[in-house]
Amino acid sequence: MNESHPPVVSEAEAHDAHDHDHDVSKHVNKYLLVGATLLVFTGLTVFLSYLDFGSHKANLVIGMIVATIKAGLVAAIFMHLSAERKLIYRILLFTAIFVTGLFWLTYLAWYNPITR
Amino acid sequence: MDIPYTTTARPDTGLWNAKIGIWLFLASEVMLFGGLFSAYIFLRLDALPGNWPHGLLNVPVGTMNTAILIASSVTVVLAWAALKMRQFTRYKIYMGITILCGIIFLFVKLYFEWPDKFHHFGAFIRPDRLEKYEQYLGNHHLLEKGLEPRLEITGHLHNHEALEDANIKEYEIQLDPVYAAPTDPASDRPHFWPLARSEKIAHIAKEDVERAGMFIPKHSTFFATYFTITGLHGLHVLGGVIVFTYFWLPIGANLYKRNPEHLANRVEVAGLFWHFVDLVWIFVFPLFYLL
Repeated sequence: MNESHPPVVSEAEAHDAHDHDHDVSKHVNKYLLVGATLLVFTGLTVFLSYLDFGSHKANLVIGMIVATIKAGLVAAIFMHLSAERKLIYRILLFTAIFVTGLFWLTYLAWYNPITR
Repeated sequence: MDIPYTTTARPDTGLWNAKIGIWLFLASEVMLFGGLFSAYIFLRLDALPGNWPHGLLNVPVGTMNTAILIASSVTVVLAWAALKMRQFTRYKIYMGITILCGIIFLFVKLYFEWPDKFHHFGAFIRPDRLEKYEQYLGNHHLLEKGLEPRLEITGHLHNHEALEDANIKEYEIQLDPVYAAPTDPASDRPHFWPLARSEKIAHIAKEDVERAGMFIPKHSTFFATYFTITGLHGLHVLGGVIVFTYFWLPIGANLYKRNPEHLANRVEVAGLFWHFVDLVWIFVFPLFYLL
């Protein structure tokens, strides 16, 4: 396969692709930076898990906070959620509602309000 | 007939088809893993003291695999960026690295981590016989320090035939270091680098054992959830590797010649799936390996 640029389909698309060119090259450094941050945070997660924060629960909460920050970075930057179309956010809003419901059921099962 | 909106956005949603498709799929994936994580939370919250083990998984290996997965998330987004900038050679390199990372991840899991568990043995002692094995368990010491008791003795099973043969009355275990020095404060918490197995051998009578076996799913709720979640996650990694390989080989990559933007979009949605798999691992790693 060669490196030569193949013809682009339409005029409008050519314009679009050109715009993206510019956009994307700007973002490459950001992707590398986020990748490096994620690696540092992985090290941090491991390090923090060996410190004694008073109780195991405290360690769990701190570990989950770091994991949530990492997950947020992946979702916002790698998955482009920091700037997406409305419809995607709407899909995710429903996902969030349903998954909250699911974890709420887990909580109910554990807390057991019926025979408590 | 050409399928519309593979590269151009639909005017009303501002999105091309596959973008909506993958997000709907990922929404269902959130529910799938959400169900498994809620099972994990439920089982863990209800585990009696001493029934949720810590330090049984290899942390350096897990850390390395986490780093490999993160690196592959970076390279797949760079592969997509290369396509957007119409740099095909770069795309091939970054996508090649991504595929390699996925394969290394799976290799480490299937040829190192899991078999290592399958060869590790543990025996849960009957509650009324714990005192008899105090020299290995060190529960008086743990109680004094306010730590959870040890109910299981783990190590390498010397007489493997004891698992099947009812005539053999005891397990002969070459102890993991914790059980060789149970009252040593260094044994109170797990270590980053796994310590070498001790030379000490313990004989544990079968009649004192509640249940015993290798570290396989039925060993405990910990390993049941560990193998289920990492197994399903591993299948996702495998699925990603297969799709990426298709886009990397000429059969899929030739689309670049006809419509480079279409290939870029395909790589983008497969990449979204890959990032999601990375995201799941970001929670799996601390929950199972560290905390």
